Amino acid sequence: MADQLLNAEGLNCPLPILRAKKALKGMTAGQVLEIRATDPGSVADFAAFCNQTGNELLSSSTEGEIYKFEIKKN
Amino acid sequence: MLDTSQIDNAKSMSIIVTKGTLDWAYPPFILGTTAAAMDVEVTMFFTFYGLVLLKKDLNLGFTTLGNAAMEMPMMGGHMKMPNLVGMLPGAGGLAGTMMKNLIKKKGVASIEELREAAIESDVRMIACQMTLDLFEYSKDDMIDGIELGGAATYMETALKSDINLFI
Repeated sequence: MADQLLNAEGLNCPLPILRAKKALKGMTAGQVLEIRATDPGSVADFAAFCNQTGNELLSSSTEGEIYKFEIKKN
Repeated sequence: MLDTSQIDNAKSMSIIVTKGTLDWAYPPFILGTTAAAMDVEVTMFFTFYGLVLLKKDLNLGFTTLGNAAMEMPMMGGHMKMPNLVGMLPGAGGLAGTMMKNLIKKKGVASIEELREAAIESDVRMIACQMTLDLFEYSKDDMIDGIELGGAATYMETALKSDINLFI
């Protein structure tokens, strides 16, 4: 479903957000970025990031040790 | 640079960066780069000991002196870093190496990496002209793309900013 995948596993704050922003920059509106992270703080941070930037957080879920996010670029 | 005619709704933040040790370099660069990623116009004003964070060659040190509450994870627990340790020869270098190893192990960005991200995301960086003169640095010692300015330059930006931080 996602148009692009970002592996942010092992990265700590604020790197998952910075990498996600960079990835979104190269995408077109409506495309979906999937992010996989291991930083527990990224759950609150991606919600805040999307609230502020207007990109849509389609999903935020956990798969074992992995936090998974799907963001639709606005 | 903030162009209000172009983006009326843009939020903005300024940070005065006054400290240049490895530990104190983190708050301004983390907040600056994250704010920029959240579409905030960011200006960082580097003054006094913060100025070294703009040098081409970053060689950031770290001291346990004055960090009375500091504890480092060690052998499954946490060890207090008494001020006395900071006075031993080589302790600063040792503490810096320990901190850098910890940073790498935990997937925390290096200051070099965060500064690069700041440049990429068009964070405006101003070096304090007076500090440059005071500590005998030239603009050539500093990375490209920075501006030079003084208190009035900062004030003009701060008066237009939504958030102003002093770190």
